Amino acid sequence: MRYKRFLSSSFPAFLFTFFFLSAITYGASEQFKGKIYDTGTLKPVDSRTRLKAGMQAPSFTLPSITGEKISLADYRGEKNVVISFVPAAWTPVCSDQWPGYNLLKDVFDKNNAVFLGVSVDNLPTLHAWTKEMGDLWFPVLSDFWPHGAVAKKYGVLRSNGVSERALFIIDKKGIIRYVDVHDINKRPPLEALVRELEKLNK
Amino acid sequence: MLVSVLVFAQVISAAGPAPSTGGPFPDITLPVPDNPAQKEYLGLKGKGSFRLSQIKAGLLIIEIFSMYCPYCQKEAPNVNELHRLISSREDIKDKIKIIGIGAGNTPLEIDVFRKKYDIEFPLFSDETFSAHAATGGVRTPYFFVIRTKTGEPGVIVYANVGSIEDPQQFLDLIIKKSTLE
Repeated sequence: MRYKRFLSSSFPAFLFTFFFLSAITYGASEQFKGKIYDTGTLKPVDSRTRLKAGMQAPSFTLPSITGEKISLADYRGEKNVVISFVPAAWTPVCSDQWPGYNLLKDVFDKNNAVFLGVSVDNLPTLHAWTKEMGDLWFPVLSDFWPHGAVAKKYGVLRSNGVSERALFIIDKKGIIRYVDVHDINKRPPLEALVRELEKLNK
Repeated sequence: MLVSVLVFAQVISAAGPAPSTGGPFPDITLPVPDNPAQKEYLGLKGKGSFRLSQIKAGLLIIEIFSMYCPYCQKEAPNVNELHRLISSREDIKDKIKIIGIGAGNTPLEIDVFRKKYDIEFPLFSDETFSAHAATGGVRTPYFFVIRTKTGEPGVIVYANVGSIEDPQQFLDLIIKKSTLE
């Protein structure tokens, strides 16, 4: 009885949602025009990370779109590291996330930090996708094979093989200082990232 | 669950089609800028919020943009040039004003964009996408030019997605379309 009532009252709302979702992409850049695949609204978080501030960051080595291999250990004792996992190339929110960080080189420099963009897409896809963003000053890493291995290590691999939209800040000693596994449908506000970066030097 | 779906449906449905040329532009509410020069530029007084129809201008150029949008980043110097062209002409500088509305951008994000490109005209944060939804949830950058009337919604004389292309030609075009001269 209760189930039936739920169905009858919610069905029009579902229809309504799907109808309008197809018509609008929030904040989409004209840069990507018809190239963005509309994922619709997804389950906000679909994994559970055991990583927390204060823990040692899992090590990794990944290939970047410029051909070099990048290891977290490369920055040990030298730089703070911000890792930005994005779910997938050519999807709505991700396509309008890294281009913003591209304006922030001086903020990262000032806080002695590097930015690493990570996605489970393969290198050719990441190459084509990031070309649309202009010249990026930071490395873009492919966590394609073994598929999503680093995302899995960090506890942010979703059940369908893409990663969460997650930010990890790791200090020069390799200790995690900040974790934000964000609602996949939304872009994390810059305020939080900058505030956490500034804390590193205190 | 049901409540969230209903609320979501309402938020999404708030974005209708983009307002088009010849029609009225929604008289949206924005916060009065803190910067005194920008307040004077828009002819506003006091604090709190204001409606577009309170802006002192014959023509208002509204750019819907986002700090995160690469196209908007590339377009920024072009819009600055348009602002410079308008400001340098005594006959129109008090009649044509420009504002930017940052769709989904927080105050810090607006600030980063403004500093990066040395933008002098006022930029507004639209963190909740409410102004963006009211103006049709358009792709960015999107330019509206409206002929303003005090206390009434403006009439749209130009509405287009993407670059304004050549700023001088754009300025000539919108003046012609608005019969300001």
